[in-house]
Amino acid sequence: MKTCLVVDDSSVIRKVARRILEGLEFQIIEAEDGEQALGACEKLMPDAILLDWNMPKMDGYDFLRALRRLPGGDRPKVVFCTTENDVAHIARALHAGANEYIMKPFDKEIVEAKFQEVGLI
Amino acid sequence: MTPHDYDYLRALLRKRSGLVLSAEKHYLVESRLLPVARKASLAGLPELVQKLKSPGSDALAIEVTEAMTTNESFFFRDKIPFDHFRNTIMPALIAARADGRRIRIWCAACATGQEPYSLAMALKEMGGAISTRRVEIVATDLSSDVLEKALAGIYSQFEVQRGLPIQLLVRYFTQVGEMWQIAPEIRAMVKFRQLNLLEKFSHLGIFDVVFCRNVLIYFDQETKIGVLNRLAEVVAADGYLSLGAAETVVGLTPVFKPIPELRGIFSPAQTTVPNTSANVVDLAGVRTAAVAGANR
Ligand SMILES: C[S@@+](CC[C@H](N)C(=O)[O-])C[C@H]1O[C@@H](n2cnc3c(N)ncnc32)[C@H](O)[C@@H]1O
Repeated sequence: MKTCLVVDDSSVIRKVARRILEGLEFQIIEAEDGEQALGACEKLMPDAILLDWNMPKMDGYDFLRALRRLPGGDRPKVVFCTTENDVAHIARALHAGANEYIMKPFDKEIVEAKFQEVGLI
Repeated sequence: MTPHDYDYLRALLRKRSGLVLSAEKHYLVESRLLPVARKASLAGLPELVQKLKSPGSDALAIEVTEAMTTNESFFFRDKIPFDHFRNTIMPALIAARADGRRIRIWCAACATGQEPYSLAMALKEMGGAISTRRVEIVATDLSSDVLEKALAGIYSQFEVQRGLPIQLLVRYFTQVGEMWQIAPEIRAMVKFRQLNLLEKFSHLGIFDVVFCRNVLIYFDQETKIGVLNRLAEVVAADGYLSLGAAETVVGLTPVFKPIPELRGIFSPAQTTVPNTSANVVDLAGVRTAAVAGANR
């Protein structure tokens, strides 16, 4: 079973994402911000990361840059999932090493399509 | 709506678009056609049927037909056909047309344009492998409404997230408010035309690649066979036909054969089927009121 780390400061979003991703046979780990997420990755590098942008402590962008410098940190497929729905943000995310990008609001079909796109399913 | 009215509508739809409706699709017909009736200031479906039976109701019949089509589409739908297109079909055609002949592609039921635009983006992404000027993409559909949307090339945030890789979104779309518009360079690669697959299409010429996806599925067996046989006449001998994931030629007609290593892709068999024109439905005059604006 593949693991997916869901990083979002909203417990509602984490719950929705968990339900969708469990339906796609992922084992879910949750984190509330970039700092927690980084800690989780240091313990166990997940196969996939669904990543919010705006979060307290460490935001998604800074987390991603830190992640990609960790040993093995190039391995997880990172899919941003955020309300930052403009080209400038998307371009920054890709530049920092994101593999895909979901603009909120999202649904099961979009998550599935994006995870397929990066070869996770 | 009486059973008589329903049968009348079923027959009309079958004749005009090939759509077969089973006996129990009342609810679908009602939900799609009530708005059409209202728009024409008619009280309900019985009145709509009455009106359709009277002379001079052609424009209304077109509206009814279009309202009943299913137009859902996605960018790079099912992914694999587009992988085949990029990795196998185009390289083979480029080699076979090394003399510089144009490569012609037809999307035969293009709906709101995602399919032809996906092919156009795939070609652009091939970069130096082929100049896009050497490729012609013709995209047709029965419905003038979807063609208008296709031509505008403007999609919702939901539509651009189903199958379109984010890199391609960034590269080929600009944000217009909440919507995303495809780049003029991609739009310019596709020629949209209105066309009913039940009518003659040999005037479009010969194509190297035909995408005819997720439309045969709405037709009955006889209509499928008729369309496939006539498609065989417009696909080059070394050309390709791509059908939808739930569609095939197998068990229908020998004019195409599956290519085992390319799932969902078919090549013309070297057989000819006599008298295919018998399969063309006579809709003389029906289409003369064709959309202005869909053609350019
Ligand atoms: C479900 S869409 C398929 C779009 C696209 N090919 C895809 O696979 O995503 C089916 C389209 O077929 C068109 N259609 C239905 N009957 C047709 C006919 N007789 N001739 C041409 N197009 C037709 C409809 O208008 C609709 O846009």
